Amino acid sequence: MTAPSTTHTSKPAVDYLKIPATGEPYLAGCVCDSCGATYTGTRKVCAHCSARGQMRDIRLAEHGRLYSYAIVHRSFPGIEVPFISAVVDLDGGGTLKGNLMDIEADPEKIQFDMPVRVVFRDALGRKDKDGNHYLSYFFVPAD
Amino acid sequence: MNDEVYVVGVDMLKFGRFPDRTVPDLGAEAALLALDDAGLDIRQMQALYCGNLFQANGMVGQRILQQIGQTGIPVVNCANACATGATAFREAWMSIKAGVHDVALAVGVEQMGRGLLGGGGGNAGIPTEGLLGGGTMPTVFAEAGMEHSRKHGTTFEQFAKVSVKNHHHSTMNPKAMYQVETPLETVMNAEMISYPNTKLMCSVNVDGSAAAVLCSGRKVRELGLTDRAVRIRASALTSDPWQERNLVMPDVNTCTRIAADAAYEQAGVGPEDLDLVELHDCFATAEILHYENLGLCADGEGGRFIDEGHATLGGRTPVNLSGGLLSKGHPLGATGIANIYEVVTHLRGNAGARQVDGARLGLTHVIGLGSACAIHILERV
Repeated sequence: MTAPSTTHTSKPAVDYLKIPATGEPYLAGCVCDSCGATYTGTRKVCAHCSARGQMRDIRLAEHGRLYSYAIVHRSFPGIEVPFISAVVDLDGGGTLKGNLMDIEADPEKIQFDMPVRVVFRDALGRKDKDGNHYLSYFFVPAD
Repeated sequence: MNDEVYVVGVDMLKFGRFPDRTVPDLGAEAALLALDDAGLDIRQMQALYCGNLFQANGMVGQRILQQIGQTGIPVVNCANACATGATAFREAWMSIKAGVHDVALAVGVEQMGRGLLGGGGGNAGIPTEGLLGGGTMPTVFAEAGMEHSRKHGTTFEQFAKVSVKNHHHSTMNPKAMYQVETPLETVMNAEMISYPNTKLMCSVNVDGSAAAVLCSGRKVRELGLTDRAVRIRASALTSDPWQERNLVMPDVNTCTRIAADAAYEQAGVGPEDLDLVELHDCFATAEILHYENLGLCADGEGGRFIDEGHATLGGRTPVNLSGGLLSKGHPLGATGIANIYEVVTHLRGNAGARQVDGARLGLTHVIGLGSACAIHILERV
């Protein structure tokens, strides 16, 4: 829940995670001014209404609610399990998938629609072949 | 234009693991079986539509003809995820419907590796599986099942019952990978892969192939194949329309619903008219969604549909009498023709212990994640 120690020297784990030279990391998205559809990242044409030139860059909210999830007990070799794969609807639009952390991986403990918060942390110690650290986003239960 | 298109020959290999064989070899065997079933020869085929996913750039259709007869006919190789075989079948149907051909062969074939499918993704220099949630197929379909749970209260036990049923059905199908009764406790206590899907609630990765010979009505009469012919009453193919969660949560529901609507309209029938259904049970969670998507029961009634035995042999609409992907096995490119084999076998009255008495109308359904949905409705004539 603490701020990542490596923020400004880490690379983003996804291209829509922005790490400004100064200030806090954030998730970039865009919204269609024609129909209101919201997306992570940037795009030129709206997949919903097919409008062109109507996409406006926004910052995605860092609060949302748990829409669906799975508890992953077996994954690819080398991937630590169990983890909760969570689908979260962000307040104000946009849906993200990510790990839900700081809660027991037990269906009895996980409630649909529970409020969650987006946090930015080191990417579970994963480094690329050049030894670079990465920053990723995670979900934690909101207080 | 041809108004009517029929299946006059169809067959499949018993699904299994054949590491010493090749994809064209497996495809060629099913092709010959289907030709034999129709009593026709490769020299009478006017086109070949070949479905295979993992060697999509490998000219599999031509390599099949290199084994069974290089006659110079047009060959189209297609890949459409788990809808690959059904897409090949549909392309053959369209070519006959359009009047371009009168007889065409469709083959679906796959050799599978072991282990989990899916994942990958991410453009960073590090693996994103287990970092940005999960991307394996059991996880994706667990999340789709949990969406049903949040809406309708569907339970782990109800999802598990799908696997019990399909394993039960496969005990009567000699061409299924497994013929083993698998009780509820066994299913629920199997290794948890992605809650709520245990290992026995995941489709079986196997090798296999299936093939069908399609024919115009005029040609059926000319060749004297009326006794073998099963009419294709509908063929529908859709992709997934935009949904607000598409970017992270593939929607297998909407594309199925619009394909089902289109297919029922083409055939002039409704779900209540179906005598059997082979639907895409790639994971046990998926089957319950598709009861509702195909209109076999009302929305929110999928859990009750399995609880009350409506999908079991002898029930209102038996589903996956072949054992389904959960027990018959799921060689991706072959699946969409193998399910047509199952329905045709019932319509011909040749399904043995699992036969639906008096079966007249059946539906096949596949989903290729990403997404594609193909539905066919077949009728005994």
